[in-house]
Amino acid sequence: MAEKHVRFRVFRYKQGDPAPHYDTFTVTVNERTTVLEALQAIRRDQDGTLVLRHSCHHASCGTCGMRVNGREVLACVTNVWELDTPVVTVEPLQNAPLVSDLVVDMGPFYQTFTQAHLPLVRESEYLPESQVAEGVPFHMRFESCIECGLCVSACPVVASDPDYLGPATLAAVWRVVQEPRGEDADARIAWVDSEQGCWRCHVAMECSEVCPSNVDPGGSIMALRRELTRRALGIGRS
Amino acid sequence: MSQQMSVSRPFLRRGWRAWFQVRGRHVGYIAFALNRLTGLGLVLYLILHLMVLSLLTRGPNAWDAFVRLAKSPLFLLLDGILLFGILFHGLNGVRVVLVSMGIGVRRHKELFWALMGLAALLLLGGVWGMWHV
Repeated sequence: MAEKHVRFRVFRYKQGDPAPHYDTFTVTVNERTTVLEALQAIRRDQDGTLVLRHSCHHASCGTCGMRVNGREVLACVTNVWELDTPVVTVEPLQNAPLVSDLVVDMGPFYQTFTQAHLPLVRESEYLPESQVAEGVPFHMRFESCIECGLCVSACPVVASDPDYLGPATLAAVWRVVQEPRGEDADARIAWVDSEQGCWRCHVAMECSEVCPSNVDPGGSIMALRRELTRRALGIGRS
Repeated sequence: MSQQMSVSRPFLRRGWRAWFQVRGRHVGYIAFALNRLTGLGLVLYLILHLMVLSLLTRGPNAWDAFVRLAKSPLFLLLDGILLFGILFHGLNGVRVVLVSMGIGVRRHKELFWALMGLAALLLLGGVWGMWHV
């Protein structure tokens, strides 16, 4: 398999540093190397103090979200070879408190996101002991959002308005409205019918572009607006 | 003793600068950035326009001098830039309204390019009119 050397320009910050800076590392990659594997190689062979977060390695856990060459991605499924740049710049997600190097504090994100009260929380899919019900061809996810926070990092409105609920939370609210399963959908939709709710979006739609799970948060926000307009005008269900 | 406990964490929020960081972004983001830029430009124009109109209070000589300036090629170029700003801001606004009403959400990029095509035609017509009429 072909190999080449790629330079990684990695964002660095430790608690107490006066300001963040970038360190450059050279890594040998092949056609299959992911950004996450390259970062793990840096940590293993060159700088053990590099802090990053990961878990599943297959785009399911959402923990390795970061910005690669200025764009929000899951590092575990981002192929270095396909980036085709001599220098790969790796930075943490935006719009979140920085903990260290490539790790941000997801606490504020979850604080807002959980207020959507999604009734179906994905816990265990594809368990080997799970039984597929009669008439159901295969198991599928009930909720696609993997809570990675890429959409919140990419949103230009979140960047300038810390009170904006953000694309992930609004998409979750739309799921509740679509399929309440005992949750108070009217209360949720009243919550987002506000200046900092679904009306704050300026239709950049970058949230939907970076979403690794095809949630389409931008489309959900537009659906919330349409639903609110429909209710305000008292016209039939769309 | 942990020195780190007293240090506040930096918050990677770039504020309004993020509006214009379009590297690697898609067409919706670029439209958002240009919408902000043209919006700010139109506000600036409105202020300048009101200042120019105030020349009327200084009598016909002051106004006639401005009209001569307004017919110069440089001023017509600025008028062309103004027309671009008006057309982009207005027609992108149409896209935002339509998408917000649930029309063309999944086709918002195509909608954007179609409206920009219309903007280009109107801009060409407008610039031609400025130079020839």
